[in-house]
Amino acid sequence: MPFSPFSNEEWGIVLLSLRVGAVAVGASLPLAFALAWLLARGRFPGKLLLDALVHLPLVLPPVVTGWLLLLAFGPNGPAGRWFAEWLGLTFMFRWTGAALAAAVMALPLMVRAIRLSIEAVDRRLEDAALTLGASRWRCFRTVTLPLAFPGVLAGLVLGFARSLGEFGATITFVSNIPGETRTLPLAIYGALQVPGSDGVVTRLALVSVALSLAALLASELLSKRIGEGRGGHVV
Amino acid sequence: MSSDAKDFEIRVSRRLGDRDIRAEVDGAGGVTALFGPSGAGKTSVLNMVAGLLRPDHGRILVAGEVLFDAEAGIDLPVQQRRAGYVFQDGRLFPHKRVRDNLLYGWRGDRRHGGLLTLEETVAFLGIGHLLDRFPRTLSGGEAQRVAIGRALLSAPRFLLMDEPLSSLDSGRRAEILTVIERLRDELRLPILYVSHDRAEVERLASTIVLL
Repeated sequence: MPFSPFSNEEWGIVLLSLRVGAVAVGASLPLAFALAWLLARGRFPGKLLLDALVHLPLVLPPVVTGWLLLLAFGPNGPAGRWFAEWLGLTFMFRWTGAALAAAVMALPLMVRAIRLSIEAVDRRLEDAALTLGASRWRCFRTVTLPLAFPGVLAGLVLGFARSLGEFGATITFVSNIPGETRTLPLAIYGALQVPGSDGVVTRLALVSVALSLAALLASELLSKRIGEGRGGHVV
Repeated sequence: MSSDAKDFEIRVSRRLGDRDIRAEVDGAGGVTALFGPSGAGKTSVLNMVAGLLRPDHGRILVAGEVLFDAEAGIDLPVQQRRAGYVFQDGRLFPHKRVRDNLLYGWRGDRRHGGLLTLEETVAFLGIGHLLDRFPRTLSGGEAQRVAIGRALLSAPRFLLMDEPLSSLDSGRRAEILTVIERLRDELRLPILYVSHDRAEVERLASTIVLL
């Protein structure tokens, strides 16, 4: 890229970060939605505990989360063995591990946003759909999901932004490997250790700020749409 | 449906919080009105007939068909009761245009048990010019007419109307009242009608139940 201010290596870091973030939120979205649904609509013993567990990565020191991931998803961890055996998927020192760490750290934010949007759906509209003969599934597909959709998108964007910033759990879990796990924050941290690399740090930091800001703005706009949709529910 | 069956035969009770809701309704024909002050549980009775709220005890028959019988263990799912429920607050789907709202419960034309076609319903209610609009752009009277149309197009076996005039000004009230009278006289559907307005109930109903 002749006119690019970035070196090929820096481009690689940006692209890797985007890939890790996208895979992290994409792969964890079904789980996030299921958890959000359970927490919004479910009534079962242990709901508080589940709620706390989902939010744990938000308050736990990231290095602890990374260490727990290492125990569970490392080559000898139970989850790690299962994934390697059944799906041929390994995480150690690979970008998949970075995506897993990012997904765990982003999950609470995604669940929160999606849960709020499900709770904001007027149950009386679902009742109306049922009296009109809709099955539970059709009601979900045609009423609940479309009304909750902006919140689901907001959760995705927020989770994506969080993934781009993920540092502690990633470096603990899968280390700082160029081309595999060296995402933007890890690259910035690495560059800071090397004298005379101010230019690299500045450029990567600016990219981080720009991406994060764009994601937050997008999420904010989507949340606003939920608010408006809610106002229009009852005529 | 046997011809001598009552339109509505309802004996239900249900505890909601610290309130006991009880109703005994025998509606012979035309409009059966549940009349009483706000908070008497009239809407809860409609919800029980619709299948949205489960009574603790009792029976619900509409036009001779058992929808609910606590003792016999019968509790027809809400989708199978085919109530045309017109809610107090309209409850149009905000993300769907009027046309899609109207057709949400569409079960096909008369051959499949439908009462009216879309065209007939639209003409009957005078809502042809609204089809491409979103609910939030409708006035109260327009929204209520669309809500009635949506209920009619779901091929209902009876109508439940929960204070359908309460959110309207007096001009719109007269207009919707006329629509309901035409429903009563032309379609001959059993109608269970909730209101706290004496004049409205006396004008419409052939049976009035105090609640």
